[in-house]
Amino acid sequence: MDRRLLTTLYAWLLVLPAMVLLVAFTHYPTVATFWASFFSTARGRRPANFLGLDHYRRMITDDPVFLQVVWNNFLYALVTIPLSIGIALLMALWVNERLAGRGFLRMAYFTPTVLPMVAAANIWLFFYTPGFGLLNQIIALFGGPEVNFLGSPETALWSVMAVSVWKEAGFFMIFYLAALQSIPPSLKEAAKLEGASDFHFVRRIVLPLLMPTTLFVLVNAVIGAFRVVDHIVAMTGGGPSNASSLLLFYIYETGFKFWDTSYAAALTVVLLAVLITVSVLQVTVLDKRIHYR
Amino acid sequence: MALIAAAPAARAELELTLNFPVAVGGPITAIIDEYAKTYSEQTEGVTILPVYTGSYQDTITRTVTAFKGGNPPDMAVLLAVDTFTLYDEDMIVAISDLAQSDEEKAWLASFYPAFLENGSIDGQLWGVPFQRSTPVLYWNKEAFAAAGLDPEVPPATWEEQVEFGKQLTLKDSAGNVTQYGVQIPTSGFPYWLFQGLTTQNDVILMNQDGNEVNFDDPKVVEALEYLVALSKEHGVMAPDIIEWGTTPQDFFQGRTAMMWTTTGNLTNVRNNAPFEFGVAMLPAHVRRGAPTGGGNLFILHSDPEREQASLDFIRWLTTPENQADWSIKTGYVATSPAAWETPAMQEYASEFPPATVARDQLEFAVAELSTHENQRVTKVFNDGLQAAITGAAEPAAALATAQEEAMRILAPYR
Repeated sequence: MDRRLLTTLYAWLLVLPAMVLLVAFTHYPTVATFWASFFSTARGRRPANFLGLDHYRRMITDDPVFLQVVWNNFLYALVTIPLSIGIALLMALWVNERLAGRGFLRMAYFTPTVLPMVAAANIWLFFYTPGFGLLNQIIALFGGPEVNFLGSPETALWSVMAVSVWKEAGFFMIFYLAALQSIPPSLKEAAKLEGASDFHFVRRIVLPLLMPTTLFVLVNAVIGAFRVVDHIVAMTGGGPSNASSLLLFYIYETGFKFWDTSYAAALTVVLLAVLITVSVLQVTVLDKRIHYR
Repeated sequence: MALIAAAPAARAELELTLNFPVAVGGPITAIIDEYAKTYSEQTEGVTILPVYTGSYQDTITRTVTAFKGGNPPDMAVLLAVDTFTLYDEDMIVAISDLAQSDEEKAWLASFYPAFLENGSIDGQLWGVPFQRSTPVLYWNKEAFAAAGLDPEVPPATWEEQVEFGKQLTLKDSAGNVTQYGVQIPTSGFPYWLFQGLTTQNDVILMNQDGNEVNFDDPKVVEALEYLVALSKEHGVMAPDIIEWGTTPQDFFQGRTAMMWTTTGNLTNVRNNAPFEFGVAMLPAHVRRGAPTGGGNLFILHSDPEREQASLDFIRWLTTPENQADWSIKTGYVATSPAAWETPAMQEYASEFPPATVARDQLEFAVAELSTHENQRVTKVFNDGLQAAITGAAEPAAALATAQEEAMRILAPYR
């Protein structure tokens, strides 16, 4: 009896440091955010009052910018996630082969990941500049018209998507590369003996074995698509007219430019709900179809 | 020993912090450090500690957050248009309440009235003009000469701007434009330069109480139609959103023959333009006009002793001699007529005449767009302007939407 109590106490003491940090910096802020979203923002000269669900009603009926940033964010996720994962996989398969300059190639693919997002965004800012920017100089070489990539609503969002794909793909490649190297060579030999083509081998053996990695990468990519907005700040500021604004950027604007912290809290609750839903779906639905060794 | 050293200090050393909107390490930090050091040395019992806090946006974020956390700085340089925000949060002390002696009142009366407009609420003054600017027109004299225009004569009216612009717009054999006539940047905060156009069209964008706006006035629509027509109809300006940051570069590289931008770029253009350039007031229409811009000095709530000590420092910082020194070193506009009378400023003005253009334009200047919930209202307006500029909406429709949204945001303040 005493012994069991002691063991329990011991266990609790072991998890205590982690618990304290989690509660203080994750659980408490989450609950406080949820609670704050039901009140109006207090100003020095006017106190907060209870609004109930008004903030949530306002998002749907009264805030076209919210609807636009949600749509932008879904489009952003829908395009950048499959694209960066696809490119990561191709790059990983490519640099997993024995070829000359393999180390250099791996490094080249991984370099964008090492750069801070703001630095990467500034490089791309130069690429996109109308007139003397790199891309426009290339277009001019072929006699094409000048394109204002970040300055027109048709191209702004796609331009920031390209930066994100360029930056994320190298990061995901590393995970795929690690997973590829853990596939035993005997499988490849066996497949060869059976006369399977390279394509068949990748489709039937490599891809299924990579599924756990794909799930991990996918979860990270989804979170990243809703979480990383540094390049928006550096490149477009969400413009023109919110054409390249994303949900988190809008939350930042609402909270730290407009100082409407409680509406920002309500928006954060929406972001949290989206992320939790997507993660749960991924883990429950996809997990059943994944073969773990 | 320690006792003897401590005994004469009748009152504790006051350490006053000043949040200043500049990235660490630039030439501006050296100037401010020097001012703080000089003042701390000559004033017994007071030490000024400047804290460099990045952009204006970073600075207000840090200042408001520090205030809410119970640890605000004593002073801060923040955008004059954020006065309503600081007032609504009850963060700042009315300067006109602190300045009670005759001497102090005379000091407050010494500034250009145009610079005090953005700092006044409820008949009180809340900010002291310091880092102030106004937009002007820069033109490339060589490009003017090459186009057969008089290189010494900038466009004086809207019509001339279009007319000159057409002569200055050059195309290559494939029909692509290599040099535009004029460039009015529209990224980030297009409302500021646009306010030049509305003022010239003789319309004011907001009321004195900062709780009503006038975005859908026919004269505002007309001004926006002119801006849109510059690229869409006349082809003298690049289409879509034009970046603020690269505009001086476009000017240096001959991609545009004229540009509208802040006087804060004067030193930059002077150092980097590889050709003769001129600086002029913005072209006029119904009248001449431009908004003011830039930052004011604010005093945050603390105790009477600190507030008074902060006021004393601010008075010292804005003596005519110090204003002249600051203006010469940075290109910001000296904020009182007396500063322009100092020998240093007179010498600078005769050596570099473009510096006086901004001062002369002040006579026609109006308060920058500023309301309660300022950043949110401004953002709504910016979105409307950008929608019209990119062709996503007609000017009248875009402004009607912005008006409706802005008035909804301002409803609690009426």
